[in-house]
Amino acid sequence: MAKQYETVIGLEVHVELATKTKIFCGCSTEFGGAPNTHTCPVCTGMPGSLPVLNKQVVEYALAVGLATNCTITQYCKFDRKNYFYPDNPQNYQISQLYLPICRDGYVEIDTPEGTKKVGIHEIHMEEDAGKLIHDEWEDCSLVDFNRSGVPLIEIVSEPDMRSADEVIAYLDKLRLIIQYLGASDCKLQEGSMRADVNLSVREAGCEKFGTRTEMKNLNSFRAIARAIEGERNRQIELLEAGKPVIQETRRWDDGKEYSYAMRSKEDAQDYRYFPDPDLAPVYISDEWLESVRSRQPELRTEKMKRYKEEYDIPDYDIEIITGTKHMADIFEATVALGSQPKKVSNWLMVETLRLLKEKELDPEDIRFSPGNLAKLIGLTEQRVINSTVAKEVFEEMFDRDIDPERYVEEKGLKTVNDEGALKKTVEEVIAVNPQSVEDYRNGKEKAIGFLVGQTMKAMKGKADPASVNKLLKELL
Amino acid sequence: MANMIDDATIEYVGILAKLALSDEEKEQAKKDMGSMLDYIDKLGELDTSGVEPMSHVFPVQNVFREDVVTNKDDSENILANAPGSKDSMFKVPRTVE
Repeated sequence: MAKQYETVIGLEVHVELATKTKIFCGCSTEFGGAPNTHTCPVCTGMPGSLPVLNKQVVEYALAVGLATNCTITQYCKFDRKNYFYPDNPQNYQISQLYLPICRDGYVEIDTPEGTKKVGIHEIHMEEDAGKLIHDEWEDCSLVDFNRSGVPLIEIVSEPDMRSADEVIAYLDKLRLIIQYLGASDCKLQEGSMRADVNLSVREAGCEKFGTRTEMKNLNSFRAIARAIEGERNRQIELLEAGKPVIQETRRWDDGKEYSYAMRSKEDAQDYRYFPDPDLAPVYISDEWLESVRSRQPELRTEKMKRYKEEYDIPDYDIEIITGTKHMADIFEATVALGSQPKKVSNWLMVETLRLLKEKELDPEDIRFSPGNLAKLIGLTEQRVINSTVAKEVFEEMFDRDIDPERYVEEKGLKTVNDEGALKKTVEEVIAVNPQSVEDYRNGKEKAIGFLVGQTMKAMKGKADPASVNKLLKELL
Repeated sequence: MANMIDDATIEYVGILAKLALSDEEKEQAKKDMGSMLDYIDKLGELDTSGVEPMSHVFPVQNVFREDVVTNKDDSENILANAPGSKDSMFKVPRTVE
C-alpha cells in the first residue's frame, strides 16, 4: 500500500495598515502617486535622518492582537533586519524580532470536522520596501520608494493547518477580522494582504515535522490552493525517490503551476538582527491597552448573532451580508434610515450581487449610498415606480450613485396612476388584439399575460402591472 | 588576541556585505575584527550581575508621531541624492538576471 502523507502548513501573512502616513515619517501612504512623490529623507534611507513611530500603527497592531486572542507584549521594541537590496534603501528593514507586539494568539476556523483553532505565534510591526521596475532598454533597475516605509503587520501562524481549505478558511477569517477593525482593506490581488506559505510533508502518524519550504508570490486564494497542491506533490515525489527536501524559499509561478527556488547559495540568509538605536522602546500601559479594548468594534461573529436576533432575514443572507464589512455597513445604515431589513437584504442579495458578478467587482467596490438605497425602497413601497423600473433605476444607482427620487422625476419614470389614461391604453390594446381577447374569453387564462405585456409596452413600462391586470379583467 | 577570526568567517561576512575583498584586505579585516572583539571582551571583566539588561541607551519610551501627513512632494530634491535617475526613479544596476 502506498504511504500516506500529511501536509503541515504555517502562514506568514503581511497586512498593509490603513494609516494615512508611513510608519516612521509624515509621507502619505496613498496608492498610485507618481514615482517618489511620497518620499522624504527618512523613507529613502538618507544618512542622518531619524525615524519617529506613527502611534496609529501601534493602535492597529494592538487591535488586531486583541481580536486574535494574543498576549500583548507591553514593553516592545524595534530591531534592524540587515540585508542588501535596492528596494531597501537603509540596507536594513526596521522590524521586530526579540519583542514582537503580540504573541500566542489564535483564531477559530470552520472545517468539515468542526471548529478548529489555528495558533498565532506572533504579530510584529515592520515597514514595507520600495518597488523595483526592471528596465529592459537600459539594462538597469528603477526604484520607486513610495511604498517604502508603509506600515505592515506580519502575522505568523503556528504550523497548525493541514490542507488548502484550512489555509483559505484561516486567511478569510483574518481578512474579516482586520477589515472589521478598519485596520486594512486586505485585498490579496492589490497586495494589501500577502501570504507566504511554509509547507512540509510527513508520513501520517509521524510526530516529527519534515523539512519545510517557504513559497512566495501568492496573490489570490486560487493561486494559494494550487501552490499548496503543487508543492505537496513535489515534496512527496522527492521523498518517494529517497531524495531530501531542501529548506529554501521558492517562488510560485501560477501560469506554469510550479515553484522555483528563489535564492542561490551566494545569498546566505543571515539578517544579523540587532535593536534599532534610533527608536525608543514602546511601553503599552494597562490604561492604553484598556482604551484600545474598549474601542474594539463589533466583529463578524457577534454581528451575525445580533442580525439573527434583530432582523427577520435568512441565515444565508446574514452570511453574505456580513461577509464584508462594507456590505454590512450599507445594510445597517439603510435599515437605520427606516427601510425594512428584508427589503434591504433583497436588494443586496439579488440585484447588488448580480451586478457585482457581471461587472467583476468586489463588495468593497459598492459605491451607492445607504441614503439612495433607502429612497429607492421608499419609491417602490409607495408604488411610485414598479419593480421593473426600480431595477433600471438601481442599475444607474449602482454605477453612479444617482439620487433615485430626482432621477425618476427627471426621466418621467413614475407609474401612471391616472385611471383615465390607463383605461384608454387598455381599451386600445383590447381593440388591436382581438385574437388574444377571444382566447381569454374562451377560457385561455394565459392570454391575459400577453395583454398585460402589451399594455405595459404601450405605457413604456410606467404602469403598475397589478392595476393593469385588474383593469383588463374588468373590461373583458 | 583571544578572538581569532578565521578565513571562513571573513569569506562569509564578505558575502553578506556584498564585498569582493582582495587577499590583503581579507588579512587586514581579520586583524581589525579580532581586535574589535578583544575590545568588547573587556565588558566580560565587569561584574554586571545586578544590572538590568537595557534595550536603549536613553531612558526614554513612547516617542510618537500622530498619523497626519506633513510631507509634500519633494521628489526633485530626493532624486538629487540618487546615483542616477530615470523617469523620476532611482536608477540602479539590474537586480535580476
